[in-house]
Amino acid sequence: MAYTKRSDGRKMDEIRPIKAEIGVIPNADGSALFAFGGEEDGTVAIAAVYGPKPLHPAHMQEPDRGIIRANYNMLPFSVTERTRPGPSRRSKEISMITENALSSIVDLERFPGTVIDVEILILQANASTRCAGINAAAMALAHAGVVMKELVSSVSIGKIDDKIVTDITKEEEDWEEGEGSTDIPFTLTSRTKQITHLQLDGGIQTSRLKEAYGAAVKACEKVYEYQVRALKGEKNKRE
Amino acid sequence: MAEASKETKKTRRIVVPGEIIISGEDHLPGDFTRKEDGNIVANRYGLADDTGRVVRIIPISGTFEPRRGNTVIGRIEDINFNGWSIDIGGPYSSFLPLSECPRFIDRNSLPDFAKVGDVMNLKVWSIKKGGVDLSLKSRGLGKLEGGRLIKINPHKVPRVIGKEGSMINLIKNSTKTEITVGQNGYIWIKGDVSGEKKAEDAINFVVEEAISQGLTEKIEKFLKG
Amino acid sequence: MKLSNINKKKIESLLTDGKRLDERNPFDYRKVKIETGISNNAEGSSRVRIGKTEIIVGVKLGVQEPYPDHEDEGTMMVSMEFGQICGERYESGPPRINAIEVARVVDRGVRESGLIDWKKLCIKEGEKVWCIFIDIYCINDAGNVLDASSMGAAAALQIARFPVYDKKEEKIKFGEFTDDPLPLTENIPFAMTFHKVGDNILIDPNREEEDAAEARLTLAISKPKKEYIINSIQKGGRAPLTGEELERIVKEAEKIYDKIFPEINKQTESLKK
Repeated sequence: MAYTKRSDGRKMDEIRPIKAEIGVIPNADGSALFAFGGEEDGTVAIAAVYGPKPLHPAHMQEPDRGIIRANYNMLPFSVTERTRPGPSRRSKEISMITENALSSIVDLERFPGTVIDVEILILQANASTRCAGINAAAMALAHAGVVMKELVSSVSIGKIDDKIVTDITKEEEDWEEGEGSTDIPFTLTSRTKQITHLQLDGGIQTSRLKEAYGAAVKACEKVYEYQVRALKGEKNKRE
Repeated sequence: MAEASKETKKTRRIVVPGEIIISGEDHLPGDFTRKEDGNIVANRYGLADDTGRVVRIIPISGTFEPRRGNTVIGRIEDINFNGWSIDIGGPYSSFLPLSECPRFIDRNSLPDFAKVGDVMNLKVWSIKKGGVDLSLKSRGLGKLEGGRLIKINPHKVPRVIGKEGSMINLIKNSTKTEITVGQNGYIWIKGDVSGEKKAEDAINFVVEEAISQGLTEKIEKFLKG
Repeated sequence: MKLSNINKKKIESLLTDGKRLDERNPFDYRKVKIETGISNNAEGSSRVRIGKTEIIVGVKLGVQEPYPDHEDEGTMMVSMEFGQICGERYESGPPRINAIEVARVVDRGVRESGLIDWKKLCIKEGEKVWCIFIDIYCINDAGNVLDASSMGAAAALQIARFPVYDKKEEKIKFGEFTDDPLPLTENIPFAMTFHKVGDNILIDPNREEEDAAEARLTLAISKPKKEYIINSIQKGGRAPLTGEELERIVKEAEKIYDKIFPEINKQTESLKK
């Protein structure tokens, strides 16, 4: 059976309702929440930024620039089958790609020998957790007054059977018929649409990757709108 | 240093990194902005000031960035053979060398002068790669005794001080307290218990209402009540 | 910035006059807000805010073999994490309460109060029992994370529902939930941590007060038959407590229980609907 309709009734290029807020963690220098989907069954991520601050021990410092240290974590009960608390190989990989997704937009040469700690926590998971985390982290960095060229926005593009689809859910990730399901999370810079993070899991024809990028550009523009509104303190929740 | 923003006739707008503040060749990129394709673009989240030829961002958040000459309040973290490691917030480690103390201090009695946990009013003497050097060699600097220490957003300090100190003096006089405001957002208040509390509340009120109109009148009312 | 000596002295001297920096009484809690249903892949979840302190608790259910000497009883495991997200936890200086201690103190309070009817968690004696996982996470540490964690665990347990269990396959169908609440009794534990600052005692410290405290005592109290029962005690911190201080704390604990617990319980009850 071909994939012609999405289980939640969305259009192929439609993102789930987005919620974005800043200032959710008072102790942090900057913080934000970003969710794809509603509080009932969406993916909810919060992020806190601490820094720039001195990096100890000294041997971890880079002589001419600061570093971003990202730490991605999921609540053990954020997923249907409980995961053990603490870092996993998956969370370490996501922490690394998050660091890379954020590093090119931040002016790291401004404060050599320092660190900006970016803490991401997934409160509830329904696919695209790394994307929600990166979106929250980008907002938190800006909120923390970090000197940066622009924001980044992140979304999971999927190929479900032969359809390029925006913001796939867990249910869609599990689609097995036809060409199956392919997950392609993108993170793009806000002004220049450059790719700071890209992964792919599944199978896509080489000729169609460009189409996926096109879908990502459109979707990230929408995500960016919500990030900006949250930072400007405007009421910001699409039902 | 940004002047205390008066009751502004025009409310400045918040911009985000990457946002175009203003277009056109007439403008120059000031603090936290860059010029790109004929536009002045924001490099930081904050308030855009595009009233003059030089366009800049006024930061509203973020850690304190020390500048030479700033007076700051710091807490002693550690003592070693030739000075004190001091936490003043911000990206750098800070140090008060023995040589920057106003009087002779015996190398063996550094803790007698100031011990871990004590707070001082200091001046930023120099900023080098690897850290900030502090000094006590100026009037009004030194260890702070008694009273209480509070923290506010360092970007609101100009507002709390007011034009030529008008706001902070109003608070001091009305609550009969001594107040020292560190440019790093730490503020020391000393008086009787209720005076200190009232001063603290007044300062927090200023911070919350910083961009509103008629702030001076509101504060006067607050202090009377 | 860590606690300054002048603020430590100020906190101590104010307390001698029964006062605090934020004008609370020594035995007043800050505003407590409890919410549930904040993480819906869990069988139950809660968020507790005490002042600016915020913690999130999740309850998940699993199926396991019972312990050898409790063949017909369910099991429980409590974990706690102070992530980096919640604020600086200084490497040097007197030790702040750590995650393991919080987890174990919350565990004891729940276990010893008799809140959970363990026998009703038995699926097949000697072979399969339900295991309740309680995971506590600190989102913002503004003092008194322990009491918040205990409230959160109690709330999450009361709101939790069993997942669907396929008896034939003997497996849980994760993501599918029933309407059946956990087998709980009315003995809900309420943990109160008293902190000794200088020569005085206070409750619900903010961060600075917590850093100024040299000793603390957590009591978990329940009131099963109109009688105050202490179900668990934990003393922490380096300084000692006198017998007289212990007595004073127990008396205050009764008063605070009567004052605060009904309010907290009311919040949780209204969320159950």
